Amino acid sequence: MKFGVIVFPGTWSDVDCHYAVKEVLGQEARYIWHKDEDISDIDCLIIPGGFSYGDYLRTGAIARFSPVMRQVEKFAADGGLVIGICNGFQILCESGLLPGVLIRNDHVQFRCEWVNLRVETIETPFTMSCDSGQVLSIPISHGEGNYYADNQVLDVLEKENRIVFRYCNEDGIVTEDSNPNGSLRNIAGIVNSKRNVLGMMPHPERCCESSLGGEDGKLLFESIVRAMQS
Amino acid sequence: MQIPREILDEIALSEEEYLEIVRRLDREPNHVELGMFGALWSEHCGYKHSKLLLRNLPVESSRLMVNPGEENAGVVDIGDGLAIAMKIESHNHPSAVEPFQGAATGVGGIVRDIFAMGARPIALLNSLRFGPLEDVHNRHLFNGVVGGISWYGNCIGVPDVGGEVAFSDCYSGNPLVNAMCVGLLRSGDLVRARASGEGNILILVGSTTGRDGIHGASGLASRTFEEEREMRPTVQVGNAFMEKSLIEACLQIAAADLLVGMQDLGAAGMTSSVVEAAEKGGSGVVIDVSKVPTREQGMTPYEIMLSESQERMLLIVTPQNEKAVMDICTDWDLEAVVIGQVTDGDTITVMDGTNVEAYLPINILTDPPLYRTQSTIPDYMNTTRFLKESEVQLPTESPSSVLLRLLSSDNIASKEWIYRQYDHQVQTNTMQGPGGDAAVLRLKGTSKAIALATDTNGRYCYLDPLSGGAISVAEACRNLACVGAEPLAITDCLNFGNPERPDVYYQLESCVSGISDACKAFGIPVISGNVSLYNETRGTAIWPTPSIGALGLLEDAKLTTNTAFKDAGDIVILIGSNSLESGIESLSGSEYLEVIHNTIKGSPSIDLALETIVQDTCIKGIQAGIIKSAHDCSDGGLAVALAESCIAGNIGLVCDQGIKGRWDTALFGETQSRIVLSVSPDEIASFQELALSTGTPYVVLGIVGGERLIVNSLLNTNIAELSYVWQNAIAVHINS
Repeated sequence: MKFGVIVFPGTWSDVDCHYAVKEVLGQEARYIWHKDEDISDIDCLIIPGGFSYGDYLRTGAIARFSPVMRQVEKFAADGGLVIGICNGFQILCESGLLPGVLIRNDHVQFRCEWVNLRVETIETPFTMSCDSGQVLSIPISHGEGNYYADNQVLDVLEKENRIVFRYCNEDGIVTEDSNPNGSLRNIAGIVNSKRNVLGMMPHPERCCESSLGGEDGKLLFESIVRAMQS
Repeated sequence: MQIPREILDEIALSEEEYLEIVRRLDREPNHVELGMFGALWSEHCGYKHSKLLLRNLPVESSRLMVNPGEENAGVVDIGDGLAIAMKIESHNHPSAVEPFQGAATGVGGIVRDIFAMGARPIALLNSLRFGPLEDVHNRHLFNGVVGGISWYGNCIGVPDVGGEVAFSDCYSGNPLVNAMCVGLLRSGDLVRARASGEGNILILVGSTTGRDGIHGASGLASRTFEEEREMRPTVQVGNAFMEKSLIEACLQIAAADLLVGMQDLGAAGMTSSVVEAAEKGGSGVVIDVSKVPTREQGMTPYEIMLSESQERMLLIVTPQNEKAVMDICTDWDLEAVVIGQVTDGDTITVMDGTNVEAYLPINILTDPPLYRTQSTIPDYMNTTRFLKESEVQLPTESPSSVLLRLLSSDNIASKEWIYRQYDHQVQTNTMQGPGGDAAVLRLKGTSKAIALATDTNGRYCYLDPLSGGAISVAEACRNLACVGAEPLAITDCLNFGNPERPDVYYQLESCVSGISDACKAFGIPVISGNVSLYNETRGTAIWPTPSIGALGLLEDAKLTTNTAFKDAGDIVILIGSNSLESGIESLSGSEYLEVIHNTIKGSPSIDLALETIVQDTCIKGIQAGIIKSAHDCSDGGLAVALAESCIAGNIGLVCDQGIKGRWDTALFGETQSRIVLSVSPDEIASFQELALSTGTPYVVLGIVGGERLIVNSLLNTNIAELSYVWQNAIAVHINS
């Protein structure tokens, strides 16, 4: 299968994502420049982390107007798999593909550290290789990862089993202390109602090799590959 | 001559220097020309007071790819067709005036130095100094600097993998912000900062030019300043997003082999960029300032030539390649314009449309007078030099209590509060990030890794500039040894007071000698660096603080280690000494002496022959897979090193070595050239063999295990308690 990694000016996890799926997982991958409009060869789109357009105005707010985003919207509507990581999650929210918004971390600092995530659902193409309730160790690196939505939206997400990851402690218990940014209900990642678009703040591409501290991120990309093959 | 004193003051030239300019030009310079001289003959650009000393630094290495000092950064070959570019640079004075932007633009500037060489920036490090955090203004500076480094580095996607921070009164009002950048390139892709080839064009790409930072090099960085608050307009404002696009566009242009040369616009802006590129290319240049896109209306040629607006690069390109270069810039939404061309002469002509604004021989601009001050030993050294046993009473508090106080000292406490604000993982090479002795980055596509560390100890350099300089290099290399890396090269940033003062000049001269001695002992060159002088407030100089950035190589990335004790039953060994006991001299300049006794005295010393043996043993032991953990004894001595290895591994240690004599010197003395190792019991014979073959003195300390750090009857403390104090000290002090 073929991954497409979207590159905006200011994106910086593009190379990391490309390396993870191509060199570590051995899949095909190519970069997609934000001005490109042809993504017909792609099976799964990755919108990587970074500071697209400098994150001026609001994080992700300008990137949503890039030519490629029209194609992303179509691709998603047709059921294509899209994973937005960090800034990519912010862009998906800004463009309306996912509900809610990501605001400044409650402690107002940038935070780069390893966190624990509890897998809330394995009924997505992104988590089907995980165990339900499994605790993943994955790094975060953001200043604006504080997930916010009104209670109605949050209730719907819960009811429809669309919260994919929650920040938790190492025993898998969701606690206030384990929340690194103030996200409501400890949300770290969600899917859309069709379950083909995932947004998550942590960086799975940073933990696909043991020499970098862990391999839990690989589970997500392996899930995608499995989902595409099935 | 009719030049008013105020004008010379503004550009920090002396009357003698002005007369020298008139003599060499055989005429008086006009306003624009004088501004250009002020910038290029500043200490910051011209190294007037340091160049003669810097010539003593060792620069020989078979790995060198450019001559140190000749290009924007030093470059060393690391095999496999790859090379590393690196440099450390100060942004002290801007950070004192406006800490957030001062530090941010310091990062931006050093990153441009690296990609100007055609190298992909792969790591940032820093070396920071502040006054004590109890003071509200120091906290403001500290928060601003950390915030600025965090914002800029995080935006451009270059991991901040390590550094060091220390606090002392002498840095109150004059913080040190030294930023280091490391770049990776294919050896054949090296780009030089050269404007050559008559008719080739000069392209300015990146930000527009504004009125920010005018006189930054001459005014801010090259003299002491008392009226700091009035100088805010001389600090530049950064645009990290623009920098990220510049990195990508410039590296794409370099990779497509479209360049004759590339040069960043840093201190002294367009003036130094164009003049230095022409000098290195052995050419002349003509530029037209009316072509330069400006940020505001009505900017004068003088302002355009001296603006230090950030995120601008100068590309030297053949006319045939102009379109291809412009296309790449357009693709990245970067504004690029042709501002001039290379000529076959040896002059720079600055035009404003059809008017000639400046016409100067390049070799005069780049050849400022060099000074050597007659040095004298600082007065204080006559009293600080001797530390007598009777001056240091054994504390009445317990050794455990002393240890806890040292672990909560800001100089020793965990710096996680700082580095968790820096992205240290992006680019997915970071095998070991901040918090260890050295950062370790794998090199994709090879089996290799590089190790990076910054280090210096201002207190040692203050007490004995010669030994202090040598120890700074030794400690930086020892940090590399603790992850198993062979040292390859260093870069240095020399932070000192006013070099026109004989005692400060003595510090500078002696520190440089010490650095030189240590580099020779390790057989490594100084490949790049920067000098920041005039670090004084109200007539008091900072401690001499030569920040050393060190680069090491691991042939096999898998054979590395960290500071953490690993498994119960492992044997802990101290190398570099065959006993725990130390004399009173080991307390010279120690953290213990300052924190517990409020005393800064003694003569720190180092035996470089022993140091090289100890490092060699550590490297060999790690590369042979014998050594499971390594941590050097530095600030706080042996007890702090043991505590930190216990904390990192979350496991205890029982040490039953007897201590004869004073416990404070044994536990907290800072005798150099010592490393704490742990070795599995199965490997102890191999270790002994190794130590014997290299002639390394060592002493077995004890066994890893349990939940407490126990040193015979002296120390007995729970690791969780040590960890809590060490982990939280800085956050507590920031929020107090």
